[in-house]
Amino acid sequence: MGARQREISVSEFFTKNRHLLGFDNPRKALLTCVKEAVDNALDACEEAGILPEVAVQLEVVATGSSAVLPASQATRFRITVTDNGPGIVRQQIPRIFAKLLYGSKFHRLRMSRGQQGIGISAAGMYGQLTTGKPMKIISRTGPRAAAQYCAVQIDTKKNEPLVLENKQVEWDRPQGTQVAIEVEGRYQKGRASVDEYLEQTSIANPHVRLIYRMPEGETKEYPRAYHELPPSPKEIKPHPYGIEFGMLLKMLQDAKSQTLSSFLSSDFCRVTPALANEICKAANVSPKAKPRDVRGALAETLYQTIQATKVMAPPTNCLSPIGEKAILSGLYKQIKGEFYTAVSRPPSVYRGNPFIIEAGLAFGKTPDSATKPEKSVQPLAEGEQEEGDSELARVIRYANRVPLLYQQSSCATFKAVLATTWRNYGIGQSRGALPAGPMVIFVHIASVWVPFTSESKEAIAEYDEIHKDITLALRECGRRLGLFLRRRERAASEYRRRNIFELYIEEVVEACNRLKGGKLPTEKLKAQLQKIASSRTGGIKTEETLGKTGAGPEGLPHSIIVTAEGIEGDVPPTLDVSRAGDPATEGPDRICIEEKLSPSKPGRRQTAKPRSAKKAPGKVATVPSLPKKGSSAQQQAGTVRTGRKAHLTRKNK
Amino acid sequence: MAKMKQTRNGTVEKKLIGLADLVITAAQRAKDPTMAIPIRALSNVTFNERKGLLEMGNKTQSRSFFNAGMAKKFMQTMLVADALSELQRAELTTSLREIYYRTKHTIQDSHENTFDTQDESDPIIEDLEVSLVALREELHVRAENGGSVVGPLLLGDDGDRVDCAKLGKGGYSVPSIVEPEYVEICRCTADFVLLVEKGTQWNRLSEDKFWRRYNCVLLTGNGQPPRGVRRLARRLHEEYRLPVYVLVDNDPWGYYIYSVVKQGSINLAFESQRMAIPKAKFIGLSSGDPERYELPRNVGIKLNEKDIARAKELLNYQWFQKPAWQAEIKRMLASGLKYELDALANKDFQYLTKKYLPRKLKEKDWLD
Repeated sequence: MGARQREISVSEFFTKNRHLLGFDNPRKALLTCVKEAVDNALDACEEAGILPEVAVQLEVVATGSSAVLPASQATRFRITVTDNGPGIVRQQIPRIFAKLLYGSKFHRLRMSRGQQGIGISAAGMYGQLTTGKPMKIISRTGPRAAAQYCAVQIDTKKNEPLVLENKQVEWDRPQGTQVAIEVEGRYQKGRASVDEYLEQTSIANPHVRLIYRMPEGETKEYPRAYHELPPSPKEIKPHPYGIEFGMLLKMLQDAKSQTLSSFLSSDFCRVTPALANEICKAANVSPKAKPRDVRGALAETLYQTIQATKVMAPPTNCLSPIGEKAILSGLYKQIKGEFYTAVSRPPSVYRGNPFIIEAGLAFGKTPDSATKPEKSVQPLAEGEQEEGDSELARVIRYANRVPLLYQQSSCATFKAVLATTWRNYGIGQSRGALPAGPMVIFVHIASVWVPFTSESKEAIAEYDEIHKDITLALRECGRRLGLFLRRRERAASEYRRRNIFELYIEEVVEACNRLKGGKLPTEKLKAQLQKIASSRTGGIKTEETLGKTGAGPEGLPHSIIVTAEGIEGDVPPTLDVSRAGDPATEGPDRICIEEKLSPSKPGRRQTAKPRSAKKAPGKVATVPSLPKKGSSAQQQAGTVRTGRKAHLTRKNK
Repeated sequence: MAKMKQTRNGTVEKKLIGLADLVITAAQRAKDPTMAIPIRALSNVTFNERKGLLEMGNKTQSRSFFNAGMAKKFMQTMLVADALSELQRAELTTSLREIYYRTKHTIQDSHENTFDTQDESDPIIEDLEVSLVALREELHVRAENGGSVVGPLLLGDDGDRVDCAKLGKGGYSVPSIVEPEYVEICRCTADFVLLVEKGTQWNRLSEDKFWRRYNCVLLTGNGQPPRGVRRLARRLHEEYRLPVYVLVDNDPWGYYIYSVVKQGSINLAFESQRMAIPKAKFIGLSSGDPERYELPRNVGIKLNEKDIARAKELLNYQWFQKPAWQAEIKRMLASGLKYELDALANKDFQYLTKKYLPRKLKEKDWLD
């Protein structure tokens, strides 16, 4: 029996349990591979302070002797992900890509997409397992260095890399890394597809330029909508509330400090020397004790004392939220709608781990598609009704900017969306269901350690603190949406009122004419009635409340409102310079509004809504004094925003 | 129709044209065109105890065009007025449904129909009846022939002489307009009028030739009796001094049908002057009958919530305040059961004809 007992390597374990890492079926495996490679690329670029430009390519690979199959039927794909990141030095390449649990991210508390250092090597291992092909990497650390080509495999028994080929090559890129993996997979569009993943990635990462070459040969480009790199998150030490007893024991053993009190204050965040002494006193341990000597019952008392002591919440500069402006840009870029809003909550803490919740919302159809003439010109018969659409809202979830595509219903974010009473905000919702309406709900959690429910990182665990913050963020979004809808509704009903009068005047005049034997001066009567109609419904005022002549995003913070006549609010300030002039790559045409030329900005408002200039001359003077959207004005707006946020927070709590 | 009085006809048309004038003058003065429509609800109805009938009060509601909630109704009213005046000019009569179809069209440049269902146009016709003080017949609108009559009665209709004693068991279908201009009562030798709620029981009585044996006019309205039936009963009552007995199911709705025949309806209280028969008697089915005629409890039907609520409403109506009536309704509520006329068949198919009614008439067992 004893002879059969032997060590199991991590790689072997995950080879057999690949579902734990998100390789349960060919379709999901393809997505996981793309995801891991893209996440790595983005993390690398951002850490090096480079605005990421990532190209993803999916190609069908012929299996055996058979011809290349169409993408929807193919079973083998080559995934190539290229970034413009800092590149990797030659010696590190094999270990990063062909050793499980090797990486820079696990041992630090800092917000990043990857956490464990399993991802990309697991993808490579999966490829190796299903196709037998090695992972091929090209990396170049700068224009002066030569590009390195590496073909690596993983020795699953030892969890060590095997380098099959290593040489210098010519590469047309000055800097960056390219990873190519051949895997068994299935390519299907729709929910939880590679396409969806990349689209959602582009929403939450508007600073990324993504180029996607689909297996059918098409190229899709997600242009950069936001030109600032997210602030680089700081690394923090563990917070005393966030560690478990075993962890404390290990830290005590590994401590470099000579005394217990200096250990406490230097290896944890928010523990001052004074507080460290206080803890020691309360736990009845000498502050001068050697950390290594604190064990057993003593250590347990220490642990309990620490948990009972009041420690300040961890610092939150280790987090890098996307930011309201960037969320708006992302949503606005990818989703067509009438109303956009975004909320960033102030940081919060669960089990000693700081986190930030951000929520966003895009509502409605584009005005142009909404006003498109309907096809049912046929008069309706009795009992017939015009069909209303009853689509449900879509929830897009993110953890540290990475879209979560699986296990929606067990995710804390999704549960919070369900638990929010959307009816309060004028949105229909049946019991236990998503709110109904043309709506996309965006929820992002940023944390140094995102509590996933499993290693495959698909759903967020439901900590009370997290749930509460998501709910508060969603409520604020909903409140703004409700305001928008109510205002729109009020204005529309006024407008409709005049419309119905106009409609009915015709009928009434005709009926009068027939009653009078057809001898009525109908035009005169019609004109008289129309005059009464417009004076009774407050003529010009209606158009103002409808937002047709008014200015500003209707007093809603961090929101974009799209009307047939123009766009109001925090419109994405800039466009990718390189492609502003190229109409072919501009994507949705709305984005090409010139916002960069700040002197002409008041002018844009006027040209977009010429009525305001004519009908309300008093308004023109106020327009230039509105906060400009240039970079300097952004600061100004930022301070106003913080003030308001603080105010809202207080109110919500 | 040739017999119609031209002068009266002219006034109705004038009244309809008056609505157009109302719009025109309001428009000239830059005012909101508004018409006053008497309210057709309990709140605007009083029971005249001396006359024994319901009278409409003078509360009105205004319907104005430039009010988002009323604009459509106003427009519809004008359309209906137009259609009614067309009828006047062409000297045609028509049905409610035809008016609905006549006035229905899709408004130009929209998906909206002037009327979506007949439920929208019917009340407007009633509104016009009330506000123009014109009877439905005068507006040339007829309801469907909703009732039947059989018995020793000779009628003149469109120049035909109709002997209601020689019409088999089917009888004569009572037209909705039975004004003397349309239907002439040439001769009636009956002793009384029996108005039956249900067509099925009327059929039973007609088949058994009950009317021949007891010398009466048998009338039915198939449920709530339509105007034609009520008006015919009233004319027989008035012109031939015939007592009118009402035979209905033993439930709140039956009681109400009786009260409509007797005092008039709340909705069309303005017509009770012409329709109500204050001396009509309630012959059955009374809540005391099941006991007296030994109907088994199992042919009763449990009162549902609606029945109970309606019965309680009736208890509060001023015209149900007589002690006998209060006792009648309370007895039904206490038993918790209602009985259909048809339940009498439990004893015998001809129980109604041969036992129940003869005994009732003999004992003069009715309520006033």
